[in-house]
Amino acid sequence: MPVIEAKNLSFRYTEQPVLDGVSFGLEAAQIIAVIGPNGSGKTTLLKMLNGTLFPDQGQMLLEGRETRRWNRGELARTVAMVPQETQAIFPFFAEEIVLMGRFPHLRSFVFEGKKDYRIVREVMGQTDCLAYAHRRFNELSAGERQRVLIARALAQEPKVLLLDESTVFLDLKHQAQFLVLLRDLSRLRHLTVVFVTHDVNMAAQNADAILLLYNGKKYAIGTPSDVLTARSIKEVYDVDVGIDLNPHNGLPRVTLFT
Amino acid sequence: MVVFAAVCIASLCIGVVSIPATDLLSALAGVMGGSASPPSEGQVILLDVRLPRILFGGIVGASLSAGGVVFQALLRNPLADPYVLGISGGSALGAIIGIVLGAGSFVLGVPFLAFCGALTTVFLVFVAAGGSRGFLMDHSLILAGVVVNAFFSAAILFALSVVNSVELHSITFWLMGDLSGADGREIVTAALCLLAGFAILYAQARKLNLMVQGEETALQMGVDVRITKYILLFVTSLVTAVAVSLAGIIGFVGIMVPHMMRLVFGSDHRLLLPAAALFGASFLVVADTLARTIIAPAELPVGVITALCGAPYFIILMRRRGRG
Repeated sequence: MPVIEAKNLSFRYTEQPVLDGVSFGLEAAQIIAVIGPNGSGKTTLLKMLNGTLFPDQGQMLLEGRETRRWNRGELARTVAMVPQETQAIFPFFAEEIVLMGRFPHLRSFVFEGKKDYRIVREVMGQTDCLAYAHRRFNELSAGERQRVLIARALAQEPKVLLLDESTVFLDLKHQAQFLVLLRDLSRLRHLTVVFVTHDVNMAAQNADAILLLYNGKKYAIGTPSDVLTARSIKEVYDVDVGIDLNPHNGLPRVTLFT
Repeated sequence: MVVFAAVCIASLCIGVVSIPATDLLSALAGVMGGSASPPSEGQVILLDVRLPRILFGGIVGASLSAGGVVFQALLRNPLADPYVLGISGGSALGAIIGIVLGAGSFVLGVPFLAFCGALTTVFLVFVAAGGSRGFLMDHSLILAGVVVNAFFSAAILFALSVVNSVELHSITFWLMGDLSGADGREIVTAALCLLAGFAILYAQARKLNLMVQGEETALQMGVDVRITKYILLFVTSLVTAVAVSLAGIIGFVGIMVPHMMRLVFGSDHRLLLPAAALFGASFLVVADTLARTIIAPAELPVGVITALCGAPYFIILMRRRGRG
């Protein structure tokens, strides 16, 4: 059974539908990239997956059960999302932000215990932000903040991790570190990763499957070499590209003709 | 805690008739021992005048500060507080309507109307600020508060102009924030409201930590944002309204105190909320002690003192935020 299944998913904020009859199934422990032009419904789809929004029509199933039937706590223990950016208005320490990820696992009135701190140290180590655990979140650089937010999502110990452009601010070393971490987590802990990106090559090199959205509809879903063709990219993005195979791993490589 | 206790003791001693600390001890000892001798003049001043007033000031200060913490968190805006948002004004209008209509003869008549005023204001401010799909537009809220505040000031002035002149002086004084009028029953009422309200607010402290990260984030972390928001708004309105109905409009406490405490203790609401309540209590007791000694033997409304220090603080805060 797929861990995530969309059946004829439709959603509109106003008149214009943002998602229009989208259906797909995603297997557990895979890394899935969602790509598509601006306004194609990528972020809205993520918000459907974590229960921020519910479909107007159709069904969004998580582990075979509709998201609207989940209670908030259960959902937060299963799905975690790394937002694009958050505004930090009040001064919190980086570690406090990550500790908040433990919220869905704690009963009310209980302070975080040894186990929570152990998990927080672990995920902060994985995302390389222990060095500034006791600095103020709002004083960190964009990339450092992003690593804290990734750590917070990991502290939720989710089965499904949603990433919304979560690598844009990371430098090369931390991007590589993060991608390796994602692959390890999906292999060792059966984590399913769904990431939205504009970087077609990042998707091609790192995803097991790619979902290509176009005007709120599913254009294609499949392996990178199935989805990424010169024709599909011309149709969806209206640009000419050359596609060859990356000599290091045999995966498709997209070159923009300008 | 220690600061609050020290402030209370100091404030007991300072006043028109200054009482040395040794007399204070003997007076307290007299109460404890249940001495049969008739109380001295000093004892009467201490126990019947100053002690209730200090307790009352503490309760009001704690209520307003806790209210400030919660509103700032909910609106993700360090400039929000019951006064700026117009909640205090709304409560005051409700209370004045109560006084004019003679609801004062019922025990909770005036506070109840003040509470209605507060809830109406919350509703108005939120409608004016216009969030879509239940998410708040935090930037427009302060503006909405200003507008609602202006409206209530006009309504209060209107109510005052139809009141007879004997009541006018006392209402005006009360409007500026006045702690002198407390009687025992009112203090107990306010204390119970504060305790119950604070307990409920404190139970939401960890959720508040998540709410300040943004409502969507809180939702994704498993917080039931809507219910939590309603509980917080309801309880905060109640606590604020009771404070206003008894002590009038005391501005800026709810901005200054939470902000100072955040600088010292950070933003974790499990620590921030009690710290702000205690410090707010101490702060208002100090302000009130000043209010009744600066131009002694006459008195100032304590709201004058808080506004005199609060308004500049607000401007500094606003400028710093503009730069950041």
